[in-house]
Amino acid sequence: MLTQDLFEGVTPRGKMLFTAGLGALLLLPEVADSYLISILTLIFWFAYVGQAWNVMMGFAGQLSLGHALYVGLGGYGAAALYMHLGLGPWVGMLVVVPVCALVGMAIGWLGFRFGVRGVHFALLTIACAEFTRVAFDHITALGGSGGLFLPVVGGRGDDLLMLRGSPQLYYYVMLVLALLALALCRIVTRTRLGYFWLALRENPDAAAALGIPLLRVKLLAVGLSAGMTAVGGVFYAFYYNNLFPDQVFAMGRSIEILLGPIVGGIGTVFGPVLGAMILTPLGEGASLLLEALGITLPGTKQVIYGLMLVLIICFRPAGIWPWLAVKAGLVVPPGETDLREKGEAE
Amino acid sequence: MSGAGSLIVEGLSVAYGDALALDHVSLSVRAGEVTTLIGTNGAGKTTLIRAIAGLLPIRHGQIVYDGQEITGRPSHRICDLGLGQVAEGRQVFPSLSVRENLLMGAVIPRARSLANATYAAMLELFPRLRERLTQAAGTLSGGEQQMLAIARCLMGQPRLILFDEPSLGLSPAMASEVFRIIRRLKDQGMTIILVEQNVAASLALADQAYVLETGRITLSGTGQTLLRDPRVREAYLGL
Repeated sequence: MLTQDLFEGVTPRGKMLFTAGLGALLLLPEVADSYLISILTLIFWFAYVGQAWNVMMGFAGQLSLGHALYVGLGGYGAAALYMHLGLGPWVGMLVVVPVCALVGMAIGWLGFRFGVRGVHFALLTIACAEFTRVAFDHITALGGSGGLFLPVVGGRGDDLLMLRGSPQLYYYVMLVLALLALALCRIVTRTRLGYFWLALRENPDAAAALGIPLLRVKLLAVGLSAGMTAVGGVFYAFYYNNLFPDQVFAMGRSIEILLGPIVGGIGTVFGPVLGAMILTPLGEGASLLLEALGITLPGTKQVIYGLMLVLIICFRPAGIWPWLAVKAGLVVPPGETDLREKGEAE
Repeated sequence: MSGAGSLIVEGLSVAYGDALALDHVSLSVRAGEVTTLIGTNGAGKTTLIRAIAGLLPIRHGQIVYDGQEITGRPSHRICDLGLGQVAEGRQVFPSLSVRENLLMGAVIPRARSLANATYAAMLELFPRLRERLTQAAGTLSGGEQQMLAIARCLMGQPRLILFDEPSLGLSPAMASEVFRIIRRLKDQGMTIILVEQNVAASLALADQAYVLETGRITLSGTGQTLLRDPRVREAYLGL
């Protein structure tokens, strides 16, 4: 059964906690105020895009420092289709997801074809995001550097199809997207392709020697990761209703995307979720606290994230989830199962 | 493990940038035989192995396997044809279990359907691995990792295996175990290309042997001939 498969290696306690947490999240909008709802929506968003980034780096070992590119392309693409052709975000996704997947694969192909590996490949991803940002600054049809604003249609109630509506609507949509990404990653890591990624990450030469078609396997990782991120971009556009090249394509956004998985546990399926659950409240909480104290310090969030990253690298370089999951008895420890679980458990 | 698997390398040149690592190398490997390559560090042995396996771009020349030209084909296509590789330095997947490493060996379509049977056979052939199936491969001893690398290669149903320094860094007991396995594979009809720093042991095993010096073949003959050749004895056996 599918659910059994999805929870393979998770202890009863882990399943219970997950179900309870999910139940609470489903009921929460009934009682929570709009601020809490917006924070949780943000957490789901970072869990989602972190998951997407993790496909490329965590599973296949290909470092991207330019994932903002796909957030921006996805967001701008869907916004343009909505404003100029009246196409809703879900229809827009049918266009921007393949486009972003192809863009990702093209960058991947360039890198892999010319032997640009590791850090240098990461630099290539930054470069692509950066020159796209500069290009969008000059596309006047999409607002240029002055930004693109989506019309806010009010008073019609929640419109799921057009993704126009109340904070609750966005909350539930993003929650579902994050859950879908979680399930997708859980499934894909158990497929042949997931194992190929693992082989590629662990030892590319050995993987090639075994007959794994490395180029294809890498491109699939980049394509899936980019396509998933594009959906995050579409949501971003319709949630915030404004897009500025300086914000969506920014290097800082690329970094924010990858912090969650690193803190939570790179290469694990639940890591990006946990990372987002830790980082976003921490950043927001710190800003709130300083605000309450009457101090205005721009960049507080970044400093907090930076400190968190340093702590993680020093004390839990594999991320918090692998350690927490075993410690709290949420998953069956590695070595006690038929190690298919290892991807998650370690 | 049938006997097919001949290989002909004709005028092969490989360069890293401007540096020529292989300079018009020609050799022929008969099916079912052990062909040994000897030479000092940097002579081009590993380059030759990697070029045959399709892991390096080839500048000149051609490689013909089983009557088919494979020059310039991607490595996974070459694997499909039955050309396996046990690379230098025990290239296991460290965080995957022994079992997962083995199953990873049966990636190519031809091997997939036979994976279960071969898996059982490998546990027969390498009893040490059976005891460690769920253990992460990175935690095995050097010798065990080499056994795993060989078993994983065999999971891919190769007809020709390229061995690159299989005994490097192993204890004498483990090294002789590796040679015992190679001999056994040979007896079963496997074609083998062997690069080894243990020149005496590998020449003793070899039907054909080639001496590679700075990218060129300088000497060739049967294993026994080279074992008796004064130049080989002086340069590689220290006699």
